[in-house]
Amino acid sequence: MPENAQIVVEQVSHMYRPARGREVLALDQVSLTVQNREFVALLGPSGCGKSTLLYLIGGFLPVEKGAIRVDGQNVGGPGPDRGIVFQHFALFPWKTVRGNILYGLERQGMAKDERENRAQDFIEMVGLSGFEDSFPSQLSGGMRQRCAIARTLAFDPKILLMDEPFGALDAQTRGLMQRELLAIWQRTPKTVIFVTHDVQEAVYLADRVAVMSARPGRIKTIVDTKFDKNDLDIFKNKFFVEKVDEIWNLVKDEAIKAQGKRA
Amino acid sequence: MRRTLLRYLPLLLLAIVWELAARFELVSNTALPPLTDVIRSWVELLLDGELLTNSVSSLYRIGAGLGLSIVVGAVLGIAMAWWKPVNVLIAPIVEVFYPVPKSALIPVTVIWLGYGDGSKILLIFLGCMVPVTIGAFNGARASEQVLVWSARSMGASKLRVLWDVVVPGAMPELLNGIRTAVALSFILLVSSELIVAQKGFGFLIGSLGAGGSYSAMYAVVLTVAFLGFAADRVYLQITKRTLAWRD
Repeated sequence: MPENAQIVVEQVSHMYRPARGREVLALDQVSLTVQNREFVALLGPSGCGKSTLLYLIGGFLPVEKGAIRVDGQNVGGPGPDRGIVFQHFALFPWKTVRGNILYGLERQGMAKDERENRAQDFIEMVGLSGFEDSFPSQLSGGMRQRCAIARTLAFDPKILLMDEPFGALDAQTRGLMQRELLAIWQRTPKTVIFVTHDVQEAVYLADRVAVMSARPGRIKTIVDTKFDKNDLDIFKNKFFVEKVDEIWNLVKDEAIKAQGKRA
Repeated sequence: MRRTLLRYLPLLLLAIVWELAARFELVSNTALPPLTDVIRSWVELLLDGELLTNSVSSLYRIGAGLGLSIVVGAVLGIAMAWWKPVNVLIAPIVEVFYPVPKSALIPVTVIWLGYGDGSKILLIFLGCMVPVTIGAFNGARASEQVLVWSARSMGASKLRVLWDVVVPGAMPELLNGIRTAVALSFILLVSSELIVAQKGFGFLIGSLGAGGSYSAMYAVVLTVAFLGFAADRVYLQITKRTLAWRD
Protein backbone atom coordinates (compact mmCIF):
# COMPACT_ATOMS: atom_id res chain seq x y z
CA MET A 1 0.00 0.00 0.00
CA PRO A 2 1.51 3.39 -1.01
CA GLU A 3 2.79 5.50 1.86
CA ASN A 4 1.10 8.76 0.93
CA ALA A 5 -2.36 7.29 0.44
CA GLN A 6 -4.77 9.60 2.17
CA ILE A 7 -7.89 7.48 2.27
CA VAL A 8 -7.71 3.74 2.69
CA VAL A 9 -10.86 1.65 2.57
CA GLU A 10 -10.12 -1.92 3.53
CA GLN A 11 -12.50 -4.85 3.11
CA VAL A 12 -15.51 -2.80 4.19
CA SER A 13 -18.92 -4.49 4.28
CA HIS A 14 -22.08 -2.76 5.34
CA MET A 15 -25.61 -3.99 6.00
CA TYR A 16 -28.45 -1.65 5.20
CA ARG A 17 -31.30 -2.12 7.68
CA PRO A 18 -34.53 -0.50 6.56
CA ALA A 19 -37.16 0.31 9.18
CA ARG A 20 -39.33 -2.32 7.50
CA GLY A 21 -38.42 -5.22 5.25
CA ARG A 22 -35.34 -7.40 5.26
CA GLU A 23 -31.80 -6.14 5.51
CA VAL A 24 -29.66 -5.79 2.41
CA LEU A 25 -25.92 -6.16 1.97
CA ALA A 26 -25.21 -2.65 0.70
CA LEU A 27 -21.43 -3.03 0.47
CA ASP A 28 -19.53 -6.29 0.15
CA GLN A 29 -15.81 -6.25 0.99
CA VAL A 30 -15.02 -2.99 -0.73
CA SER A 31 -11.43 -1.81 -0.86
CA LEU A 32 -10.25 1.48 -2.30
CA THR A 33 -7.18 3.64 -1.92
CA VAL A 34 -7.26 7.32 -2.75
CA GLN A 35 -4.11 9.36 -3.02
CA ASN A 36 -3.59 12.82 -1.63
CA ARG A 37 -5.14 15.41 -4.01
CA GLU A 38 -6.63 12.79 -6.22
CA PHE A 39 -10.10 13.14 -7.74
CA VAL A 40 -11.93 9.82 -7.68
CA ALA A 41 -15.46 9.25 -8.95
CA LEU A 42 -17.67 6.48 -7.57
CA LEU A 43 -19.94 5.46 -10.41
CA GLY A 44 -22.77 2.97 -10.46
CA PRO A 45 -26.50 2.37 -10.76
CA SER A 46 -28.77 3.44 -7.90
CA GLY A 47 -28.65 1.00 -5.04
CA CYS A 48 -25.00 0.02 -5.58
CA GLY A 49 -24.00 1.51 -2.25
CA LYS A 50 -21.88 4.35 -3.61
CA SER A 51 -23.46 6.92 -1.30
CA THR A 52 -23.22 4.49 1.62
CA LEU A 53 -19.49 4.21 1.00
CA LEU A 54 -19.22 8.01 0.96
CA TYR A 55 -21.15 8.32 4.25
CA LEU A 56 -18.89 5.70 5.83
CA ILE A 57 -15.80 7.66 4.81
CA GLY A 58 -17.49 10.80 6.12
CA GLY A 59 -17.99 9.10 9.48
CA PHE A 60 -21.76 9.52 9.36
CA LEU A 61 -22.37 5.77 9.47
CA PRO A 62 -20.45 3.41 11.73
CA VAL A 63 -17.90 1.09 10.10
CA GLU A 64 -19.09 -2.33 11.16
CA LYS A 65 -16.82 -4.57 9.15
CA GLY A 66 -13.42 -3.73 7.71
CA ALA A 67 -11.58 -0.47 8.26
CA ILE A 68 -11.45 3.05 6.87
CA ARG A 69 -8.41 5.18 7.56
CA VAL A 70 -7.89 8.83 6.75
CA ASP A 71 -4.29 10.01 7.08
CA GLY A 72 -3.55 6.80 8.93
CA GLN A 73 -6.29 7.34 11.54
CA ASN A 74 -9.35 5.13 11.80
CA VAL A 75 -12.52 7.06 11.04
CA GLY A 76 -14.62 7.35 14.21
CA GLY A 77 -17.10 10.06 13.30
CA PRO A 78 -17.55 13.17 11.19
CA GLY A 79 -14.89 15.85 11.28
CA PRO A 80 -13.93 19.09 9.57
CA ASP A 81 -11.08 17.37 7.72
CA ARG A 82 -13.77 15.86 5.51
CA GLY A 83 -16.23 18.36 4.04
CA ILE A 84 -19.38 17.07 2.37
CA VAL A 85 -21.68 18.42 -0.34
CA PHE A 86 -25.07 16.76 -0.74
CA GLN A 87 -27.31 16.39 -3.77
CA HIS A 88 -30.06 18.47 -2.19
CA PHE A 89 -27.64 21.10 -0.89
CA ALA A 90 -28.44 20.65 2.81
CA LEU A 91 -28.14 24.37 3.44
CA PHE A 92 -29.57 25.64 6.73
CA PRO A 93 -32.81 27.15 5.42
CA TRP A 94 -33.02 29.62 8.34
CA LYS A 95 -29.60 31.07 7.62
CA THR A 96 -28.72 33.47 4.82
CA VAL A 97 -26.04 32.69 2.23
CA ARG A 98 -23.53 34.48 4.43
CA GLY A 99 -24.81 32.79 7.59
CA ASN A 100 -24.47 29.37 6.00
CA ILE A 101 -20.90 30.00 4.89
CA LEU A 102 -19.96 31.53 8.25
CA TYR A 103 -21.26 28.54 10.21
CA GLY A 104 -18.31 26.23 9.63
CA LEU A 105 -15.86 29.06 10.31
CA GLU A 106 -17.60 29.85 13.61
CA ARG A 107 -17.35 26.22 14.62
CA GLN A 108 -13.63 26.30 13.86
CA GLY A 109 -13.32 29.21 16.25
CA MET A 110 -12.05 31.66 13.66
CA ALA A 111 -11.91 35.32 14.76
CA LYS A 112 -14.85 37.47 13.68
CA ASP A 113 -13.07 39.80 11.23
CA GLU A 114 -11.17 36.95 9.68
CA ARG A 115 -14.24 34.80 9.13
CA GLU A 116 -16.29 37.68 7.72
CA ASN A 117 -13.54 38.35 5.18
CA ARG A 118 -13.14 34.71 4.35
CA ALA A 119 -16.88 34.23 3.87
CA GLN A 120 -16.97 37.23 1.53
CA ASP A 121 -14.06 35.83 -0.50
CA PHE A 122 -15.87 32.55 -1.00
CA ILE A 123 -19.17 34.25 -1.81
CA GLU A 124 -17.34 36.11 -4.56
CA MET A 125 -15.52 33.01 -5.73
CA VAL A 126 -18.77 31.16 -6.42
CA GLY A 127 -20.39 34.24 -7.93
CA LEU A 128 -22.99 34.93 -5.24
CA SER A 129 -22.11 38.59 -4.66
CA GLY A 130 -25.30 40.53 -4.09
CA PHE A 131 -27.03 37.48 -2.61
CA GLU A 132 -25.23 37.50 0.75
CA ASP A 133 -28.44 38.19 2.66
CA SER A 134 -30.73 35.94 0.64
CA PHE A 135 -32.19 32.82 2.18
CA PRO A 136 -31.73 29.51 0.34
CA SER A 137 -35.45 29.44 -0.52
CA GLN A 138 -34.90 32.61 -2.56
CA LEU A 139 -32.15 31.08 -4.70
CA SER A 140 -32.18 28.86 -7.80
CA GLY A 141 -30.93 25.28 -7.57
CA GLY A 142 -27.59 26.15 -9.12
CA MET A 143 -27.07 29.07 -6.72
CA ARG A 144 -27.95 26.89 -3.75
CA GLN A 145 -25.38 24.33 -4.75
CA ARG A 146 -22.77 27.02 -5.32
CA CYS A 147 -23.52 28.27 -1.81
CA ALA A 148 -23.21 24.73 -0.41
CA ILE A 149 -19.87 24.23 -2.16
CA ALA A 150 -18.62 27.59 -0.89
CA ARG A 151 -19.74 26.67 2.63
CA THR A 152 -17.74 23.46 2.50
CA LEU A 153 -14.65 24.91 0.81
CA ALA A 154 -14.57 27.88 3.19
CA PHE A 155 -13.53 25.85 6.23
CA ASP A 156 -10.82 24.26 4.10
CA PRO A 157 -11.27 20.52 4.55
CA LYS A 158 -8.48 18.38 3.19
CA ILE A 159 -10.99 16.02 1.68
CA LEU A 160 -14.10 16.88 -0.26
CA LEU A 161 -16.90 14.30 -0.30
CA MET A 162 -19.54 14.99 -2.93
CA ASP A 163 -22.78 13.03 -3.07
CA GLU A 164 -24.25 13.52 -6.57
CA PRO A 165 -23.86 17.27 -6.06
CA PHE A 166 -25.16 18.20 -9.51
CA GLY A 167 -27.86 15.54 -9.74
CA ALA A 168 -30.68 17.92 -8.89
CA LEU A 169 -29.70 20.58 -11.40
CA ASP A 170 -30.85 21.10 -14.99
CA ALA A 171 -28.47 20.07 -17.79
CA GLN A 172 -27.11 23.55 -18.58
CA THR A 173 -26.47 24.46 -14.96
CA ARG A 174 -24.88 21.07 -14.39
CA GLY A 175 -22.42 21.65 -17.24
CA LEU A 176 -21.46 25.06 -15.87
CA MET A 177 -21.04 23.74 -12.35
CA GLN A 178 -18.84 20.87 -13.52
CA ARG A 179 -16.51 23.31 -15.23
CA GLU A 180 -16.48 25.56 -12.14
CA LEU A 181 -15.71 22.66 -9.83
CA LEU A 182 -12.85 21.56 -12.04
CA ALA A 183 -11.45 25.10 -12.10
CA ILE A 184 -11.70 25.39 -8.32
CA TRP A 185 -10.08 22.01 -7.85
CA GLN A 186 -7.21 22.91 -10.18
CA ARG A 187 -6.59 26.11 -8.21
CA THR A 188 -6.84 24.55 -4.75
CA PRO A 189 -6.26 20.84 -5.18
CA LYS A 190 -8.02 18.67 -2.62
CA THR A 191 -8.70 15.01 -2.36
CA VAL A 192 -12.15 14.56 -3.85
CA ILE A 193 -14.50 11.59 -3.80
CA PHE A 194 -17.38 12.30 -6.12
CA VAL A 195 -20.45 10.06 -6.25
CA THR A 196 -22.40 10.08 -9.51
CA HIS A 197 -24.34 7.89 -11.91
CA ASP A 198 -23.46 10.09 -14.87
CA VAL A 199 -20.67 8.48 -16.92
CA GLN A 200 -19.67 11.66 -18.82
CA GLU A 201 -19.53 13.64 -15.61
CA ALA A 202 -17.30 11.02 -13.98
CA VAL A 203 -14.88 10.86 -16.92
CA TYR A 204 -14.80 14.63 -17.29
CA LEU A 205 -14.06 15.38 -13.64
CA ALA A 206 -12.15 12.46 -12.18
CA ASP A 207 -8.59 11.14 -12.33
CA ARG A 208 -9.95 7.66 -11.73
CA VAL A 209 -13.42 6.24 -11.95
CA ALA A 210 -14.39 3.39 -9.64
CA VAL A 211 -17.19 1.48 -11.35
CA MET A 212 -19.47 -0.20 -8.83
CA SER A 213 -21.83 -3.12 -9.21
CA ALA A 214 -25.15 -3.47 -7.43
CA ARG A 215 -26.56 -5.97 -4.93
CA PRO A 216 -24.26 -6.48 -3.26
CA GLY A 217 -22.28 -3.29 -3.82
CA ARG A 218 -18.76 -4.00 -4.97
CA ILE A 219 -16.10 -2.12 -6.84
CA LYS A 220 -16.02 -3.83 -10.21
CA THR A 221 -13.15 -2.00 -11.88
CA ILE A 222 -11.20 1.18 -11.54
CA VAL A 223 -10.56 3.03 -14.79
CA ASP A 224 -7.83 5.61 -15.22
CA THR A 225 -9.29 8.81 -16.67
CA LYS A 226 -6.45 11.24 -16.06
CA PHE A 227 -5.89 13.55 -19.06
CA ASP A 228 -6.02 17.21 -19.99
CA LYS A 229 -9.44 18.42 -18.83
CA ASN A 230 -8.93 21.98 -20.02
CA ASP A 231 -9.41 21.11 -23.68
CA LEU A 232 -12.46 23.14 -24.74
CA ASP A 233 -13.50 20.43 -27.17
CA ILE A 234 -13.05 17.73 -24.60
CA PHE A 235 -16.43 16.12 -25.25
CA LYS A 236 -15.33 15.45 -28.85
CA ASN A 237 -11.83 14.37 -27.85
CA LYS A 238 -11.17 10.80 -29.01
CA PHE A 239 -9.71 9.73 -25.69
CA PHE A 240 -12.66 11.13 -23.80
CA VAL A 241 -15.19 9.47 -26.09
CA GLU A 242 -13.45 6.13 -25.82
CA LYS A 243 -13.29 6.29 -22.03
CA VAL A 244 -16.96 7.17 -21.80
CA ASP A 245 -17.73 4.29 -24.11
CA GLU A 246 -15.60 1.84 -22.17
CA ILE A 247 -17.12 2.79 -18.83
CA TRP A 248 -20.61 2.99 -20.22
CA ASN A 249 -20.33 -0.64 -21.33
CA LEU A 250 -19.22 -1.63 -17.83
CA VAL A 251 -22.09 0.24 -16.21
CA LYS A 252 -24.74 -0.88 -18.66
CA ASP A 253 -24.47 -4.51 -17.59
CA GLU A 254 -24.86 -3.46 -13.98
CA ALA A 255 -27.81 -1.23 -14.69
CA ILE A 256 -29.57 -4.00 -16.60
CA LYS A 257 -28.78 -6.46 -13.82
CA ALA A 258 -30.08 -4.05 -11.19
CA GLN A 259 -33.29 -3.49 -13.14
CA GLY A 260 -33.81 -7.20 -13.69
CA LYS A 261 -33.30 -8.03 -10.04
CA ARG A 262 -35.75 -5.42 -8.94
CA ALA A 263 -38.52 -6.57 -11.30
CA MET B 1 -55.30 48.85 4.45
CA ARG B 2 -58.28 49.17 2.10
CA ARG B 3 -58.12 45.47 1.36
CA THR B 4 -58.10 44.69 5.07
CA LEU B 5 -61.17 46.89 5.57
CA LEU B 6 -62.94 45.20 2.68
CA ARG B 7 -62.06 41.80 4.09
CA TYR B 8 -63.83 42.57 7.35
CA LEU B 9 -66.82 44.20 5.68
CA PRO B 10 -69.04 41.15 6.39
CA LEU B 11 -68.55 41.84 10.12
CA LEU B 12 -70.01 45.29 9.66
CA LEU B 13 -72.97 43.74 7.84
CA LEU B 14 -73.42 41.29 10.71
CA ALA B 15 -73.38 44.20 13.18
CA ILE B 16 -76.06 46.03 11.21
CA VAL B 17 -78.24 42.94 11.00
CA TRP B 18 -77.78 42.46 14.78
CA GLU B 19 -78.76 46.06 15.54
CA LEU B 20 -81.83 45.98 13.27
CA ALA B 21 -83.00 42.57 14.44
CA ALA B 22 -82.85 43.72 18.06
CA ARG B 23 -84.29 47.20 17.49
CA PHE B 24 -87.32 45.87 15.63
CA GLU B 25 -87.65 43.09 18.21
CA LEU B 26 -87.35 40.29 15.68
CA VAL B 27 -85.60 38.55 18.60
CA SER B 28 -86.23 39.19 22.26
CA ASN B 29 -83.98 41.85 23.80
CA THR B 30 -83.16 39.55 26.69
CA ALA B 31 -81.62 37.11 24.26
CA LEU B 32 -79.99 39.77 22.10
CA PRO B 33 -79.83 43.39 23.26
CA PRO B 34 -79.23 45.95 20.49
CA LEU B 35 -75.54 46.40 19.63
CA THR B 36 -75.66 50.12 20.46
CA ASP B 37 -76.83 49.24 24.01
CA VAL B 38 -73.98 46.78 24.28
CA ILE B 39 -71.52 49.47 23.26
CA ARG B 40 -73.00 51.90 25.81
CA SER B 41 -72.64 49.28 28.55
CA TRP B 42 -69.07 48.64 27.44
CA VAL B 43 -68.20 52.34 27.89
CA GLU B 44 -69.82 52.31 31.36
CA LEU B 45 -67.89 49.22 32.39
CA LEU B 46 -64.70 50.85 31.19
CA LEU B 47 -65.38 54.13 33.03
CA ASP B 48 -66.18 52.57 36.40
CA GLY B 49 -62.97 50.52 36.17
CA GLU B 50 -64.71 47.17 36.41
CA LEU B 51 -63.56 46.01 32.99
CA LEU B 52 -59.99 47.05 33.61
CA THR B 53 -59.48 45.33 36.98
CA ASN B 54 -60.99 42.11 35.68
CA SER B 55 -58.95 42.33 32.45
CA VAL B 56 -55.75 42.71 34.41
CA SER B 57 -56.36 39.61 36.48
CA SER B 58 -57.44 37.55 33.43
CA LEU B 59 -54.50 38.65 31.32
CA TYR B 60 -52.13 37.88 34.19
CA ARG B 61 -53.52 34.35 34.40
CA ILE B 62 -53.24 33.81 30.64
CA GLY B 63 -49.78 35.33 30.48
CA ALA B 64 -48.42 33.20 33.31
CA GLY B 65 -50.13 29.95 32.25
CA LEU B 66 -49.33 30.31 28.57
CA GLY B 67 -45.76 31.49 29.19
CA LEU B 68 -45.03 28.52 31.43
CA SER B 69 -46.62 26.06 29.02
CA ILE B 70 -44.55 27.38 26.10
CA VAL B 71 -41.25 27.12 27.96
CA VAL B 72 -41.92 23.72 29.54
CA GLY B 73 -43.70 22.29 26.47
CA ALA B 74 -40.98 23.32 24.03
CA VAL B 75 -38.20 21.90 26.21
CA LEU B 76 -40.15 18.71 26.85
CA GLY B 77 -41.07 18.13 23.20
CA ILE B 78 -37.54 18.69 21.92
CA ALA B 79 -36.09 16.53 24.70
CA MET B 80 -38.52 13.74 23.74
CA ALA B 81 -37.36 13.89 20.13
CA TRP B 82 -33.69 14.05 21.04
CA TRP B 83 -33.33 11.56 23.92
CA LYS B 84 -35.07 8.24 23.52
CA PRO B 85 -35.41 7.61 27.31
CA VAL B 86 -37.28 10.89 27.76
CA ASN B 87 -39.64 9.84 24.99
CA VAL B 88 -40.21 6.42 26.53
CA LEU B 89 -41.03 8.06 29.84
CA ILE B 90 -43.17 10.98 28.68
CA ALA B 91 -44.88 9.87 25.45
CA PRO B 92 -47.48 7.56 27.08
CA ILE B 93 -48.38 10.29 29.58
CA VAL B 94 -48.90 12.83 26.80
CA GLU B 95 -50.92 10.30 24.77
CA VAL B 96 -53.29 9.60 27.63
CA PHE B 97 -53.54 13.22 28.69
CA TYR B 98 -54.10 14.47 25.13
CA PRO B 99 -57.82 13.56 24.74
CA VAL B 100 -58.80 14.52 28.30
CA PRO B 101 -61.19 17.50 28.15
CA LYS B 102 -59.10 19.97 30.10
CA SER B 103 -62.18 21.71 31.49
CA ALA B 104 -62.78 18.53 33.51
CA LEU B 105 -59.70 19.51 35.50
CA ILE B 106 -61.24 22.79 36.70
CA PRO B 107 -62.52 21.35 40.02
CA VAL B 108 -59.28 19.45 40.49
CA THR B 109 -57.10 22.52 40.14
CA VAL B 110 -59.42 24.39 42.52
CA ILE B 111 -59.01 21.67 45.17
CA TRP B 112 -55.25 21.90 44.77
CA LEU B 113 -54.75 25.63 44.57
CA GLY B 114 -57.97 27.32 45.66
CA TYR B 115 -60.21 29.92 44.06
CA GLY B 116 -57.54 32.44 43.09
CA ASP B 117 -55.01 32.86 40.30
CA GLY B 118 -53.10 29.67 41.03
CA SER B 119 -55.79 27.23 39.92
CA LYS B 120 -56.42 29.14 36.63
CA ILE B 121 -52.73 29.37 35.84
CA LEU B 122 -52.25 25.66 36.54
CA LEU B 123 -55.21 24.73 34.34
CA ILE B 124 -54.03 26.89 31.42
CA PHE B 125 -50.49 25.60 31.88
CA LEU B 126 -51.57 21.94 31.80
CA GLY B 127 -53.96 22.36 28.89
CA CYS B 128 -51.69 24.48 26.70
CA MET B 129 -48.61 22.38 27.34
CA VAL B 130 -50.11 19.53 25.28
CA PRO B 131 -50.22 21.20 21.82
CA VAL B 132 -46.88 22.95 22.49
CA THR B 133 -45.19 19.67 23.44
CA ILE B 134 -46.61 17.82 20.46
CA GLY B 135 -45.62 20.63 18.07
CA ALA B 136 -42.07 20.77 19.40
CA PHE B 137 -41.78 16.98 19.32
CA ASN B 138 -43.00 16.62 15.73
CA GLY B 139 -40.84 19.50 14.55
CA ALA B 140 -37.69 18.26 16.26
CA ARG B 141 -38.24 14.65 15.22
CA ALA B 142 -38.43 15.66 11.56
CA SER B 143 -35.07 17.40 11.61
CA GLU B 144 -33.29 16.49 8.41
CA GLN B 145 -30.49 13.97 8.62
CA VAL B 146 -28.37 15.77 6.02
CA LEU B 147 -28.54 19.04 7.98
CA VAL B 148 -27.40 17.27 11.12
CA TRP B 149 -24.59 15.61 9.19
CA SER B 150 -23.56 18.89 7.57
CA ALA B 151 -23.30 20.60 10.94
CA ARG B 152 -21.35 17.67 12.40
CA SER B 153 -18.89 17.71 9.50
CA MET B 154 -18.31 21.41 10.09
CA GLY B 155 -17.18 20.66 13.61
CA ALA B 156 -20.40 21.07 15.62
CA SER B 157 -20.70 18.95 18.77
CA LYS B 158 -23.88 16.93 19.30
CA LEU B 159 -25.23 19.50 21.75
CA ARG B 160 -24.43 22.27 19.31
CA VAL B 161 -26.37 20.38 16.63
CA LEU B 162 -29.36 20.30 18.97
CA TRP B 163 -29.28 24.06 19.40
CA ASP B 164 -28.19 25.03 15.85
CA VAL B 165 -30.12 22.53 13.73
CA VAL B 166 -32.83 20.72 15.67
CA VAL B 167 -34.31 23.74 17.45
CA PRO B 168 -34.59 26.06 14.42
CA GLY B 169 -35.83 23.13 12.33
CA ALA B 170 -38.57 22.47 14.88
CA MET B 171 -39.63 26.12 14.87
CA PRO B 172 -42.44 25.99 12.24
CA GLU B 173 -44.22 23.07 13.94
CA LEU B 174 -43.57 24.51 17.39
CA LEU B 175 -45.04 27.88 16.44
CA ASN B 176 -48.10 26.09 15.05
CA GLY B 177 -48.55 24.27 18.35
CA ILE B 178 -48.26 27.54 20.24
CA ARG B 179 -50.97 29.06 18.08
CA THR B 180 -53.33 26.29 19.12
CA ALA B 181 -52.26 26.88 22.71
CA VAL B 182 -53.08 30.60 22.50
CA ALA B 183 -56.64 29.84 21.38
CA LEU B 184 -57.00 27.12 24.01
CA SER B 185 -55.76 29.43 26.76
CA PHE B 186 -58.74 31.76 26.25
CA ILE B 187 -61.18 28.85 26.35
CA LEU B 188 -59.71 27.50 29.57
CA LEU B 189 -59.45 30.93 31.16
CA VAL B 190 -63.07 31.90 30.63
CA SER B 191 -64.54 28.51 31.45
CA SER B 192 -62.59 28.23 34.70
CA GLU B 193 -63.51 31.77 35.71
CA LEU B 194 -67.15 31.12 34.90
CA ILE B 195 -67.26 28.18 37.29
CA VAL B 196 -65.22 29.35 40.26
CA ALA B 197 -63.67 32.81 40.50
CA GLN B 198 -63.99 36.19 42.16
CA LYS B 199 -62.30 38.11 39.37
CA GLY B 200 -61.73 37.93 35.63
CA PHE B 201 -63.66 37.96 32.38
CA GLY B 202 -65.48 34.72 33.08
CA PHE B 203 -66.51 35.87 36.54
CA LEU B 204 -67.76 39.17 35.10
CA ILE B 205 -69.75 37.44 32.36
CA GLY B 206 -71.29 35.07 34.90
CA SER B 207 -72.21 37.68 37.48
CA LEU B 208 -73.58 40.19 34.94
CA GLY B 209 -75.65 37.44 33.33
CA ALA B 210 -76.98 36.25 36.69
CA GLY B 211 -77.87 39.85 37.58
CA GLY B 212 -79.81 40.33 34.35
CA SER B 213 -77.48 42.97 32.87
CA TYR B 214 -77.47 41.33 29.50
CA SER B 215 -76.07 44.18 27.43
CA ALA B 216 -73.14 44.48 29.86
CA MET B 217 -72.66 40.73 29.70
CA TYR B 218 -72.50 40.91 25.91
CA ALA B 219 -69.99 43.75 26.18
CA VAL B 220 -67.63 41.50 28.13
CA VAL B 221 -68.18 38.55 25.76
CA LEU B 222 -67.30 40.77 22.80
CA THR B 223 -64.24 42.09 24.63
CA VAL B 224 -62.95 38.55 25.17
CA ALA B 225 -63.71 37.64 21.57
CA PHE B 226 -61.81 40.67 20.34
CA LEU B 227 -58.83 39.99 22.61
CA GLY B 228 -58.67 36.40 21.38
CA PHE B 229 -58.80 37.56 17.78
CA ALA B 230 -56.18 40.27 18.34
CA ALA B 231 -53.87 37.81 20.10
CA ASP B 232 -54.09 35.45 17.14
CA ARG B 233 -53.37 38.22 14.61
CA VAL B 234 -50.39 39.52 16.57
CA TYR B 235 -49.16 35.97 16.93
CA LEU B 236 -49.41 35.37 13.19
CA GLN B 237 -47.33 38.48 12.54
CA ILE B 238 -44.66 37.27 14.94
CA THR B 239 -44.67 33.87 13.25
CA LYS B 240 -44.35 35.43 9.84
CA ARG B 241 -41.34 37.41 10.92
CA THR B 242 -39.68 34.47 12.67
CA LEU B 243 -40.18 32.22 9.66
CA ALA B 244 -39.21 34.79 7.04
CA TRP B 245 -36.68 32.28 5.73
CA ARG B 246 -39.40 29.95 4.54
CA ASP B 247 -40.24 31.85 1.37
